Amino acid sequence: MKAISDQAIAGAVELGQAAATRDQLCVLTCGSVDDGKSTLIGRLLLDASLVLDDHFAALTRDSKTHGTVRGDIDPALLVDGLEAEREQGITIDVAYRYFGTARRRFIVADTPGHKDYTRNMVTGASTSDLAILLVDAEKGILEQTRRHAFICALLGIRHFVLAVNKMDLVGFDEVRFNAIRDAFLQFAGRFERCNMVAIPMAARFGDNVVRGSAQMPWYRGPKLLEHLEAVTVDANREAMPLRLPVQYVSRPNAEFRGYAGTVVSGSLRKGAEIMVSRTGVRTRVADIVTMDGKLDAANAADAVTVVLADKIDVSRGDIIASPEQPPQRADAFAATLVWMSEHHLLAGRTYLLKCGGQTLSAIVTELKYRIDIESFDHIAAKELGLNEIAFVNIATAEPISFDPYDDNRDTGGFILIDRHSNATVAAGMIRFGLRRAANTYFQAFDVTKTARGSLNAQKPALLWFTGLSGAGKSTIANLLEKKLYAFGKHTFVLDGDNVRHGLNRDLGFTEGDRVENIRRVAEVAKLFVEAGLITIVSFISPFRAEREMARELVEPGEFIEIFVDTPLATCEARDPKGLYKKARRGELQNFTGLDSPYEPPVNPELTLDATTDSAADLAERIIQFMQQRGMLS
Amino acid sequence: MTAKTLPHRSLPPDLRRLEAEAIFIFREVAAEFRKPVLMYSIGKDSSVLLHLARKAFYPSVLPFPLLHIDTTWKFREMIAFRDETAKRLGLDLIVHTNREGLQQGITPFTHGSSLYTHVMKTEALKQALNEHGFDAAFGGARRDEEKSRAKERVFSFRNANHVWDPKNQRPELWHLYNCRLGAGESIRVFPLSNWTELDVWRYIAHQNIPIVPLYFAAPRPVVERSGGMLVVDGDRFKFEPGEQVVTRTVRFRTLGCYPLTGCIESSATTLAEIVQEMEASQVSERSGRLIDHDEQASMEKKKREGYF
Repeated sequence: MKAISDQAIAGAVELGQAAATRDQLCVLTCGSVDDGKSTLIGRLLLDASLVLDDHFAALTRDSKTHGTVRGDIDPALLVDGLEAEREQGITIDVAYRYFGTARRRFIVADTPGHKDYTRNMVTGASTSDLAILLVDAEKGILEQTRRHAFICALLGIRHFVLAVNKMDLVGFDEVRFNAIRDAFLQFAGRFERCNMVAIPMAARFGDNVVRGSAQMPWYRGPKLLEHLEAVTVDANREAMPLRLPVQYVSRPNAEFRGYAGTVVSGSLRKGAEIMVSRTGVRTRVADIVTMDGKLDAANAADAVTVVLADKIDVSRGDIIASPEQPPQRADAFAATLVWMSEHHLLAGRTYLLKCGGQTLSAIVTELKYRIDIESFDHIAAKELGLNEIAFVNIATAEPISFDPYDDNRDTGGFILIDRHSNATVAAGMIRFGLRRAANTYFQAFDVTKTARGSLNAQKPALLWFTGLSGAGKSTIANLLEKKLYAFGKHTFVLDGDNVRHGLNRDLGFTEGDRVENIRRVAEVAKLFVEAGLITIVSFISPFRAEREMARELVEPGEFIEIFVDTPLATCEARDPKGLYKKARRGELQNFTGLDSPYEPPVNPELTLDATTDSAADLAERIIQFMQQRGMLS
Repeated sequence: MTAKTLPHRSLPPDLRRLEAEAIFIFREVAAEFRKPVLMYSIGKDSSVLLHLARKAFYPSVLPFPLLHIDTTWKFREMIAFRDETAKRLGLDLIVHTNREGLQQGITPFTHGSSLYTHVMKTEALKQALNEHGFDAAFGGARRDEEKSRAKERVFSFRNANHVWDPKNQRPELWHLYNCRLGAGESIRVFPLSNWTELDVWRYIAHQNIPIVPLYFAAPRPVVERSGGMLVVDGDRFKFEPGEQVVTRTVRFRTLGCYPLTGCIESSATTLAEIVQEMEASQVSERSGRLIDHDEQASMEKKKREGYF
């Protein structure tokens, strides 16, 4: 093995000192397909002499086969990586580029401009400090320029460079440039605390990218790279209140208990008093541990392990915070959502919400309005589709700790995850808490569900029938209730059609209304279970997410999902209410199994085949199942 | 090798930020996944990865094992370094070789780099991941290495067949990584995504991280082939007609299987000299790797098939 010599270490230290103050800037570039975004980045790399020889050789080769700049090298090909992108000549996903100068290290997130890829742009914007908005000098400010600026501002970017590109196509005209700049400033004036710089460029030829421009002597402002090296984006995170989200509890032995996490704002000092956000308990910092030794203080962006003076309850998701300025805590808040899934957002459906290290169930309780990203108008909406943005109210299963996003990106941003596909379906930014969780209590009553049930000599349960219309759910439910009645059990049946005549009279059959329909029935069923009843629900209940939601409302073991698995053809042949015929004639819209989906259960407690067994036999099977489970004693 | 105990030196701000980001990623995975593993390839990136993982969990030991896919064609010095490192740090090291591939006699000399890589690396990796049921695997890949990597997420989702779908990646917002998986699915995690090759060398120099001696220049036996230079390591080396072994002062920028990894002429014998050489370099790192040149966009294709 080669030992590293002292000389090597000394050399390395020197090198470190030369670059000791070098910092990092994260830059987002956005613009439309033809504005020359990839060309600009390629040009930046080329002119700053940051393209390596073999990459340059590949570029020269690729320019002949894929290039869109005839007879010349095409700098865009340095950047567009995926095969599909090369074929189509567009950028479909975020590509990250890295380069450095003596003053700064840059991470450039090159994002797609097309409206269909708004989610990819949001991804790039979420970690960027500065945005370069490209504009084609011939076309001027387009709707999409406004859209990009809006999304960047929404994600909290405060520094903008308006890169007015292709100045060669307008004869390097100063008047044209000024008109575009002024049009942008007029529109972007609405963004608070924003710093804007406009630069006229011809990226293809390099004017005002790294080098100056002989063609535009009238421009006296900074060149692009010059500006990127000099701009101050430091939000002064150290001056903000302390936030250290706990990621991991470190317990190497019985004596040591440390809380590992990264300080996202403020500073942590040995001996200083801190507060744990979830419990409000205060204690002091006993030690700040790292593998390089113990520290007296840790600042924003430092990854450390904290030892506290007292043995108190701290776990992943808690925030170690300043006691004077603690984070907010609430189980309901207003937020801006960017929807990222092909499957629409449905108010009332439960999703998983991840904010810092906290992951829990959440519901969008109200879609206040959708924001048109071209006109910025507020539009009433019941659903939210891919790439759409809305202002919503969200309720979480338990209170979470957060700061408004505008105060702190790290503790105010969240994602929503689909519970079944596990896809990331939304990016969210918390605006404000709707009520302080501390002020709302559940009133505790002394007579409990168990007490009510035992008075009736029974265990409360929720028997949930699901299946297509005409599958036989209500017939079996009716027979089952009669049998339970004969056993002397107290029951109640909630039937789809019956409930729609009363409680859910205001709901239709759209996907959104179906979700709300099931949410209400599940809540009512929960109350009946609380009352000590064996509650039978007979609803088509087509979506897995809502049935899962119902399952989680009651205690483990109380929810029995019964899938009446009758094929569509059989249901349609039976058609007891004539609904299939109506639907086939086009008189009924959104009919489950025909033009509205049915998602069969993945792991139901019981699957009943109504094509082979009689309804009475099936009801008896349910009774046997309940007896085996000890539900009927 | 005994690492010297150095007084705490503060890193330049850009390296500190990269270090903290990687540590955050390690902790997030350890907290959210059932059974993670660290892919250890013995190279400089793996050395940095291991160093950062130790930092993330100090004073606890690593809460996951290391996995080395041994093609049996690694440099002997690499294997010695691997075993010495595992012993020195008390690591839980799993070594996996595709036995079927070995029995079929698949070698880089006889079957071409493409098939060899597929069988001995990609397939071997899938075997090991399936056998142990790992649901998250750390890798040392960086986005600056190659164009398709530039687009890959830090938490890169793989379906039950280990396939990467570049057109359908999960959006990755802020540092909120979605760690949810269905049955058989897994995540490849790249804590060094935002590092460049130069960052890796600067960090190794600052932290005095042990690396395989092959990275330092020394006189070694080499042959010239397809415009590059290969070091002759052991008697299994198959010479092509007319090839002569000559001694040159060379080192490696990247380490892999010796028949597929080219070296460069260099006089850099210290970390400081390597950093200086890197700063002046005008050729990219992977140009020494034969596997990338097989066909256009070959890395994207390999990655879709499950290669790291």
